[in-house]
Amino acid sequence: MTNSKQRQKLILMAAVLVVLLAASMAVDAALPSYHIAIKVIKKATVYALVAVSMNLLNGFTGLFSLGQAGFMLLGAFSYGVLTIPVAKRPGVYQYFDGGAIQFSLPEIFSGFLGDTVGSTVGMLLALLVGGLLAALMAWLIGLPVLRLKSDYLAIATLGFAEILRAFFQWNALGPVTNGSNLLKNYPDFTHATSYIILAGLLVAVIVLLINSTYGRAFKAIRDDEVAAEAMGINLAKHKRMAFIISSFFAGVGGGMLAMYNGTIAAASFKSTMTYEILLIVVIGGIGSISGSVIASFLYIFSSEWLLRGLDSGKFLGINAPGLFKNGFRMAVFSVIIMVIVLFFRRGLMGDRELPDLLDRKPKRRKEAAGK
Amino acid sequence: MSENILRIENATMQFGGVVAVDNLNLEINQGEIVALIGPNGAGKTTAFNVVTGVYQPTNGAVWFCGEKIIENHPQGKMKKLYKGQHDGEYQHVLAPTPDRITKLGMARTFQNIRLWKSQTVFDNVLIAKHCRTTSNVFSATFRLNRKEEAAQRAEVEELLEIVGLSDVRGELATSLPYGKQRRLEIARALAAEPKLLLLDEPAAGMNPQETDELTAFIAEIRDRFRLTVFLIEHHMNLVMDISDRIYVLDFGELIAQGTPAEIQNNQRVIDAYLGVAEDA
Repeated sequence: MTNSKQRQKLILMAAVLVVLLAASMAVDAALPSYHIAIKVIKKATVYALVAVSMNLLNGFTGLFSLGQAGFMLLGAFSYGVLTIPVAKRPGVYQYFDGGAIQFSLPEIFSGFLGDTVGSTVGMLLALLVGGLLAALMAWLIGLPVLRLKSDYLAIATLGFAEILRAFFQWNALGPVTNGSNLLKNYPDFTHATSYIILAGLLVAVIVLLINSTYGRAFKAIRDDEVAAEAMGINLAKHKRMAFIISSFFAGVGGGMLAMYNGTIAAASFKSTMTYEILLIVVIGGIGSISGSVIASFLYIFSSEWLLRGLDSGKFLGINAPGLFKNGFRMAVFSVIIMVIVLFFRRGLMGDRELPDLLDRKPKRRKEAAGK
Repeated sequence: MSENILRIENATMQFGGVVAVDNLNLEINQGEIVALIGPNGAGKTTAFNVVTGVYQPTNGAVWFCGEKIIENHPQGKMKKLYKGQHDGEYQHVLAPTPDRITKLGMARTFQNIRLWKSQTVFDNVLIAKHCRTTSNVFSATFRLNRKEEAAQRAEVEELLEIVGLSDVRGELATSLPYGKQRRLEIARALAAEPKLLLLDEPAAGMNPQETDELTAFIAEIRDRFRLTVFLIEHHMNLVMDISDRIYVLDFGELIAQGTPAEIQNNQRVIDAYLGVAEDA
């Protein structure tokens, strides 16, 4: 039964991916890089990656953590600090004598790999460093924090993220972090396709992890900790592992967000960012990777593009500057979210994945026959 | 020493002022089926939890396969509170977590079924194999452990065949009827490749027919996997049918031990279960 079905699912997923990739390439070719469609795709891709990383922890391991913004901040700063061209550093670090770090990874690699390849390698390496730094931090704070359960863990991680944000704004760190000033002038991937490929590969790694023996152990911990421990799963080790891996991807996601934004300021990595991501995870379905990805695109598309008119006076051809002014978008958005949560209580996808939609009907028929 | 697979030595478990298990001494030999019985609240499950590492005994030690795996002595405020015996005899602290004990070769089931609810029957058993996995997270993620994974899947397939659950392997664990969930829990414990299987009221809530099936099943897996079985049970038919020896607990104390025939005629056991007539 399973083999042909599985092949069907694989073909479906491959087809979806190919169509998406082709679409993004077409969009890249047709539109200028500052077009809103490209912006939406880039931001949604980054949010999808971070949402999936959060889902790995909250949805698959059952650890309710709210530290995502903190890990993203680490990734963002590592990316910025490591990639700003040396020539532009005096301008960026104008209050700190040009900063303490006088090298730029993309430039170093351009030196012996050529301009395009070299700078891409340098940028990817900077993202990787950001991820590793986030992972290291996760290991450190995981030692005390992972002993906590549910709400307490959420509060502790949230607090950590806030502390980190304040820490990065500290003037004494200015030569590296530029204090509370912006980091800017670092390179970016111009094409939305690059974002999709990179984030897609990372999400694929998470999917592989979740379907591996370690992923199954994570799910066992989520379903019943006591049973998991009794069946030989080391709780401390596996929780730490999930936390570190999730933070790694959040860190890389943070770096990509910095890329997309064009500037980095610690002040933007507030807890609201974590809530946005949590919202995406909940809307998509806790425990569904494809749910997180779909929800992220829906969320970013509507908040950045579709509903933008609600804030700027004109929406769906209706001109009502008195009503449609700043903040109205978020009010409408909240209503939409409430409706979604009311009608899709377990999120859009529940805990199913996109390919599972294929075998929904036969299952029902079988149940009916059984009764 | 090599004869007995499990030895509980002077184990006392005290919660605050309550002594739940009082100076328990118990030995289980290789290949035996040993039952631990007693009225409600006698401390049977507590004894199980001490052996499997869920609780740390207040005082005493546990030996497994000739090796001391658990040891503790009263510490902190328990020093003053301690009411049990053999105070001061133990000096060391050995407190492995339950997962380490499982890896040593002990697996258990639970009194209230604790299956992984969102997982299929197959995955429930497969996850129990995780503790025998040698690959690390990278090789597992990037599928460099295909051989091991395939071997584990084959073993689980075989195990499900043996316990008679292979026809429902794709169902959610919680969608199974009660008796089969119990059976699945035992299968899951077997997947962890134990030498000693601990069953906490495996027949709880079962009807007589299911209980008979279970009795046969336990005997069968004992022979097939060369297990030693330690079980807590209230169904006396089951206990008397399959146990080689029986230990009886009452109010945390061991009041009797022996073969089923001896236990059936033991006056203290009868008193504990039926109560002593006041005016007799």
